[in-house]
Amino acid sequence: MREQDPDTRVSNFAEVPLGYTDEEARAEARRCLGCRTAPCVAACPVAVAIPEFVGQIAGGAFPAAARTIRRANALPAICGRVCPQEDQCEKACLLGKRGQPLAIGHLERFAADRERREGRVEPPARKPECGKRIAVVGSGPAGLTVASELAGAGCAVVVLEALHALGGVLTYGIPEFRLPKAIVKDEIAGLEALGMRFVRNFVVGRTETIDHLLKEDGFDAVFIGTGAGLPSFLGIPGENAVGVYSANEYLTRSNLMKAYRPDAATPILRSPRVVTVGGGNVAMDAARTARRLDTVQSIVVYRRGEAEMPARIEEVRHAKEEGVLLRTLCHPAAILEDEEGFVQGIRCLRVELGDRDASGRRRPVPIPDSAFTIECEIVIVAIGNRPNPLIPDTTPDILVSGRGTIVADPADGRTSRPRVYAGGDIVTGSATVIQAMGAGRAAARSILEDLGQPVQPRM
Amino acid sequence: MNGIRKKEVLAPDIVRLRLEAPRIAARREPGQFVILRRIDGSERIPLTIVDGNAEEGWIDLIIQMAGAGTMRLGRLEEGEGVLDLVGPLGKPSRIDRFGRCLCIGGGVGLAPLLPIARALKAAGNHLTVLMGARNRERLILLDEMRNLADEITVATEDGSLGRRGFVSDAFRDLASEGRRFDHAVVIGPAVMMKAVSELTGRLGIPTTVSLNPIMIDGTGLCGGCRVDVGGEMKFACVDGPEFDAARIDWDSFLKRLGSYREFEHRGREKCRITGR
Ligand SMILES: Cc1cc2nc3c(=O)[nH]c(=O)nc-3n(C[C@H](O)[C@H](O)[C@H](O)COP(=O)(O)OP(=O)(O)OC[C@H]3O[C@@H](n4cnc5c(N)ncnc54)[C@H](O)[C@@H]3O)c2cc1C
Ligand SMILES: Cc1cc2nc3c(=O)[nH]c(=O)nc-3n(C[C@H](O)[C@H](O)[C@H](O)COP(=O)(O)OP(=O)(O)OC[C@H]3O[C@@H](n4cnc5c(N)ncnc54)[C@H](O)[C@@H]3O)c2cc1C
Ligand code: SF4
Ligand code: SF4
Ligand code: FES
Repeated sequence: MREQDPDTRVSNFAEVPLGYTDEEARAEARRCLGCRTAPCVAACPVAVAIPEFVGQIAGGAFPAAARTIRRANALPAICGRVCPQEDQCEKACLLGKRGQPLAIGHLERFAADRERREGRVEPPARKPECGKRIAVVGSGPAGLTVASELAGAGCAVVVLEALHALGGVLTYGIPEFRLPKAIVKDEIAGLEALGMRFVRNFVVGRTETIDHLLKEDGFDAVFIGTGAGLPSFLGIPGENAVGVYSANEYLTRSNLMKAYRPDAATPILRSPRVVTVGGGNVAMDAARTARRLDTVQSIVVYRRGEAEMPARIEEVRHAKEEGVLLRTLCHPAAILEDEEGFVQGIRCLRVELGDRDASGRRRPVPIPDSAFTIECEIVIVAIGNRPNPLIPDTTPDILVSGRGTIVADPADGRTSRPRVYAGGDIVTGSATVIQAMGAGRAAARSILEDLGQPVQPRM
Repeated sequence: MNGIRKKEVLAPDIVRLRLEAPRIAARREPGQFVILRRIDGSERIPLTIVDGNAEEGWIDLIIQMAGAGTMRLGRLEEGEGVLDLVGPLGKPSRIDRFGRCLCIGGGVGLAPLLPIARALKAAGNHLTVLMGARNRERLILLDEMRNLADEITVATEDGSLGRRGFVSDAFRDLASEGRRFDHAVVIGPAVMMKAVSELTGRLGIPTTVSLNPIMIDGTGLCGGCRVDVGGEMKFACVDGPEFDAARIDWDSFLKRLGSYREFEHRGREKCRITGR
């Protein structure tokens, strides 16, 4: 897929990949072998009918392709962009055995974008009202999926969202240049057409508790999809200096509050040298955002090797093309500040990889006396997020793991409390958009089952 | 849209807004706050809930026009409204029967102090209030505090009302009389809270302060509101905003408050020029 030239794109926030033309899409789609065993479908967490929609694109039946995808995936324009396809559908593609796997994500994106450009043909089907009322907490991919499935099944669904904007990480976390917010808005508006209601500015646990929703507000069931939004910090000296951000704060300022625009009300510090600590998608997003905010030298510091980086390969490639530098095998020991408390640099130790740890990755071991300093004015900490304790703390008897996640059966979303379900990052810890959607779909089915409603057959 | 039912100008740059907010009015407890956005594109601004009425469905906020965002809020009129209002946020104050309580408030810090003082009084405490402002004109909530307190001292920096000086001077007076207290709540500008809580701490009075760090989401998402409390990192929006004063690393707190000084200046200038 064609992309914006790196030198141009570092001075804008427009999307990097430009999308297929009709001809390009059809050409790519024609490469599909239409395998009868369809290993690609088995590798997609929501089992999109890949050979079918790809075949429709090849035949030029673009609206039909979009409808096919939507049967399994309510947010195709989003998943086509942010799914880690190389670990899922495309990893299993038989074409990948000899050469390039089929660009399934790009084709999914193409079908959804084309549908969007032309306006949705038919409103999605909805069953007659069943009289059941469901509260969905959080409007990230997990919550949106539950809500759309249940609304489609005829339930009255109310989505409660703490922020003033819907979409969860899709809106506040993933940057515009990777996932344009207009697309997130459109996809959500499409779901709203199913008849669900969105209530913004509603913090469950504070505005109302889960128990209040069930007992006083008369909801038949509650789904918790509150994500893993609590940022972890390094616990090293200097972390409270001015210029140290969590990736969440940096990205929230930029994405949710639009601080990248010159006329924005919310400020964001801009400076020539930024160090981002971490090796995942979040770190790449932060380091690439920094490049677009006047940073000349944007460095990612990661404690293991490049091969061990959890970030998507495409994101690492994009970051490098944009001039982001990787300093791997590097362990931050302290953040240095000047007399006024502003960041001056970050002190690091070099690292060797030792024995394999529980996760199967080689453990980073700092080398004594190897300390060195990287000068910078901003440090962004992107070492992961944990679940927010607000709901566990205000919901008696709900079982919570040692990591702070809500315990729920991954197959059906049931928690230790009757009528309370959970899914997405709040259950798994930080994972992926499509996994959160898969969990939402599973929970929707068990909610319908438990409420004695017919479970919608997969169309 | 949450409409403004009533507006009152308390001082040249301080207004009291009564907002339509039935749910928040029903749930709020002393010490809690809301975050609001006036229009799309505005900052998210945290403000303490000063008062509220569950039956009538309103809450009161007192706003000091400190920068561009609060200036725009302060210009709102009755009948207008704010686009986004979320709350109640933060942990409620710890209200107990402590015995002799000291409430010390400076400037607009008197606003968050009022509901706490009220609750402490209702819980059966003896209430001594020390309140201060730059001058008589800027001293807010005097009548309310008078009605509540068992004893009250006013200090103004220019001596236009009450004792000339800071509330910390007023506290020193009390201390030199050998007065004893079981609990103190200190709320005001950060430098004032630091100075006063050092004095109360020295006399062994357990002291609570309400911190007002820079916040964005107010739900524990960004960590921008982090404070060092007893060597532990706390998020003021979910773990606070009230903390034990003796355990706060004040220097780091003050430093972080100043993070956006340059932007704030620019914002204020722009707001004056364009009148937005
Ligand atoms: C910067 C970044 C980049 C990422 N990139 C990718 C990627 O490229 N590909 C990918 O697959 N995954 C990516 N992820 C991970 C992915 O975004 C998450 O796994 C996914 O969003 C989880 O969905 P969720 O619905 O569980 O939660 P979230 O998306 O976190 O949504 C939770 C929602 O609940 C709301 N909420 C929280 N508490 C409350 C409450 N008490 N009351 C009401 N509402 C509440 C939050 O405000 C939020 O809107 C990325 C994550 C981040 C942070
Ligand atoms: C929990 C909490 C409760 C609050 N309650 C009240 C209240 O009841 N009434 C009230 O008037 N204000 C209150 N504040 C402070 C208020 O939120 C800030 O004054 C406001 O956000 C400043 O926004 P601005 O755009 O007007 O000014 P800016 O342009 O952002 O800043 C103007 C000036 O205010 C200072 N400042 C910036 N942010 C803050 C902040 N969060 N707290 C204190 N000073 C700040 C700056 O250093 C600067 O001098 C509270 C803050 C918090 C965190
Ligand atoms: S949803 Fe994700 S994993 Fe499934 S087919 Fe689409 S891109 Fe692949
Ligand atoms: S495995 Fe690859 S080639 Fe085979 S059907 Fe799936 S996408 Fe097409
Ligand atoms: S304001 Fe973001 S975590 Fe407190």
